Amino acid sequence: MNSLLKKSTYILATAALLFACGGKESKKETTTTEVETSKTKTLDIEKPQLTFGFIKLTDMAPLAIAKEKGFFEDEGLFVSVEAQSNWKNVLDRVIDGQLDGSHMLAGQPIAAGAGFGRQAKLVTPFSMDLNGNGITVSNDVWSKMKPNVPKGADGKPIHPIKAEALKPVITEYKNSGKAFKMGMVFPVSTHNYEIRYWLAAAGIHPGMYTKENVQGQIDAEVLLSVTPPPQMPATLEAGTIYGYCVGEPWNQQAVFKGIGVPVVTNYDIWKNNPEKVFVMTEKFIEDNPNTAIAVTKALIRAGKWLDEPSNRKEAVEILSMSQYVGAPVEVLANSMTGTFEFEKGDKRDMPDFNVFYKYNATYPFYSDGIWFLTQMRRWGQIPDAKPADWYASTIKDIYRPDIWKKAAALLVEEGNIPASDIPTTDGYKTATADFIDGTTYDAKDPLGYINSFKIGNKDKK
Amino acid sequence: MKASLTLNKVSNFLGLGLFRTLKDLFANKLEKEDFKNFLRKTIVPLASILLFLGLWNIGAKALYNTEADFKIEKALQNQGQAAADALQVCIASGESSCQPNTLPSPSQVWGSFQSLLRDHNIINADKAAFAEKTAALNKTRIAEGKNAIVYTGRPSFVDQIFRSLRTVFAGFLLALFIAVPLGIFIGLSPTLKSAFNWFIQIFKPVSPVVWYLLVFMIVKTVLIGSADDSSFTISFISVGLCSMWATLVNTAMGVSTVDKDYINVAKVLKLGAFQKIFKVVLPSSLPLIFTGLKITLSVAWMVLIAIELLAQSPGLGLFVWEEFQNGANDSNAKIIVAMFVIGIIGFLLDRLMLMIQNWVSFDKTDAI
Repeated sequence: MNSLLKKSTYILATAALLFACGGKESKKETTTTEVETSKTKTLDIEKPQLTFGFIKLTDMAPLAIAKEKGFFEDEGLFVSVEAQSNWKNVLDRVIDGQLDGSHMLAGQPIAAGAGFGRQAKLVTPFSMDLNGNGITVSNDVWSKMKPNVPKGADGKPIHPIKAEALKPVITEYKNSGKAFKMGMVFPVSTHNYEIRYWLAAAGIHPGMYTKENVQGQIDAEVLLSVTPPPQMPATLEAGTIYGYCVGEPWNQQAVFKGIGVPVVTNYDIWKNNPEKVFVMTEKFIEDNPNTAIAVTKALIRAGKWLDEPSNRKEAVEILSMSQYVGAPVEVLANSMTGTFEFEKGDKRDMPDFNVFYKYNATYPFYSDGIWFLTQMRRWGQIPDAKPADWYASTIKDIYRPDIWKKAAALLVEEGNIPASDIPTTDGYKTATADFIDGTTYDAKDPLGYINSFKIGNKDKK
Repeated sequence: MKASLTLNKVSNFLGLGLFRTLKDLFANKLEKEDFKNFLRKTIVPLASILLFLGLWNIGAKALYNTEADFKIEKALQNQGQAAADALQVCIASGESSCQPNTLPSPSQVWGSFQSLLRDHNIINADKAAFAEKTAALNKTRIAEGKNAIVYTGRPSFVDQIFRSLRTVFAGFLLALFIAVPLGIFIGLSPTLKSAFNWFIQIFKPVSPVVWYLLVFMIVKTVLIGSADDSSFTISFISVGLCSMWATLVNTAMGVSTVDKDYINVAKVLKLGAFQKIFKVVLPSSLPLIFTGLKITLSVAWMVLIAIELLAQSPGLGLFVWEEFQNGANDSNAKIIVAMFVIGIIGFLLDRLMLMIQNWVSFDKTDAI
């Protein structure tokens, strides 16, 4: 009896010891002091140790660059960046406070404040990039689609390819009893709105959302479903979906693996459209105002560094590290260095495929946010009609150019960016018709814009 | 002498007679009649390992060729002869941009294993540099009563293994402390047994994914407002709940099947309930309890990967998932490395439990 008790004590002790061995981390006591060489004036940082999340996509680059090039440390910030599994996870972890901030879809903080999906007060002081997405279809779909695409003198397809070429293929699939399924990354993702825009511009109905049915497949001719970005190529290869809309490098990955063909980029669907944003909770920026500004400063510097064409090669090397995007250098370089490969061998110049700084890309424009609200209303994610001023007031709580301006002003003072890089704007870009179907978008008239579409909800003014 | 003793211990622990016979062979101790035994214990396992590696190599090569041929064929169809020839040259040259992405060969896996170890050394150096850099700052922060800045880089493969082990042991201890006492009570009282039976039968087959979601719902609310990372808590509780059923059922069975004579002796000696449990019931049901604990540990290790993946809790599961997502040229090889590491650690854990079982029980069987 006694020996049994004694023995079990040993076992527990051994188990406890094994358990304790887990978090072995070497800690060295040294007394060297660093000499500050950077010209950055550090603010009084409330929370220097931060954890940011991201999804494995090339447009997370500002986070990787700010960390690897030491921009965060210049501000006195010690940042870990962690890859997350999917956008839902990212949203939950930011709202629950496990992440201090994250790379997010522009639609996510907006939906969280506008009544679709999980509700929380999120803010974005920094827009991470413009463009950067593509729509890819499987080899089989492409072979059936290709005869419908008009060709240029060199025998290559004329871009941008419109969804009209896809229409007969969808009918063919339907006649053989197969529903046409395509993937996008999240219900409020740019990709969902872009692929819907592209399809609807050719008269293909992508399906509606209602209050009761949030699948988004009512009346749909193409069934759209959610797949996390890095799994897109594998899902396409498995035949679960016939095409997808996703950010880079997952379109180029399909080209390299020979499993699909990118047909259109979102630069062609809407020239210089907003893509990812950097998101923190409202509580975080209220508790840590200086930290929020310092983070924004570091990210603006990273954006500027990224848009130096000579730096792109190094950026690709950094992104290909397994803790960031991890895809092979060739795949990342294909879209990050001013080109985009459509069909294998059909590599075209696309200097603005990834914009991180040019055209005031980092400034959080209200008009960009309102576009997402109009699309949420168009497809029924916002189930009830809203007055025009609701759009303007909703976006003001979420997009926070005030923080961006403070950060940018400090950067000008330090000499890190020229004063001319700060736009004089009321937050609204001028009306533009740079869309694939030529519809004019004026953020100051959201209802008129919603009503201008053939497919989708219509609201009375 | 000492070395051979250690070798004996190691080979006993691993449960492989191989090393001992091998040593006897070199010590010229092997009798002729032992030759058959030697064949069975040494040559056959070695031969089967070689056969396995050979088959794997051939299979990997075949898959590689299939994918390469398909790629070349497609280039020929879509872009013409020149492109197909260029691709063929590119594949033969081993350039990473055009390599078929399929099952890696044993040598590729070994290469990845070595690169992971190199990576571990790099990260260790980086950690030391970081500690040096932040030392002064941390001193002032600690003096001000704030938390020190900790390393912000990524964990290495070796770190991931330790983190996974930590999660499994925490989960295992949780299972132990819930399942053994509960099992004893259920085993002793037929009333409790019928009260709990439905509960055990229903929850036993629930999949790890669902346990994770259940624990997530509860822990998230319990820890509401705390900004700490709860992924570790969630994953170890899920692992514990997933794996405790074998121990629970076995303990209950062991306790309820204690020899009636022992119970009668306890009655004759007028032992109290506490004494009865510790002096009579527990010692005689130990073998079954340990069988349960062994199953629990192996189940814990098995479900860990799935749970880490869902909970985004650092460890081998997350490592496998991230490499799958990366889809880089060496990702597949790294996944296979992780597979072997997981398998070998699972095997070692099993032997560890067997050793503890032999140590504490009266019945010294060597059976698996």
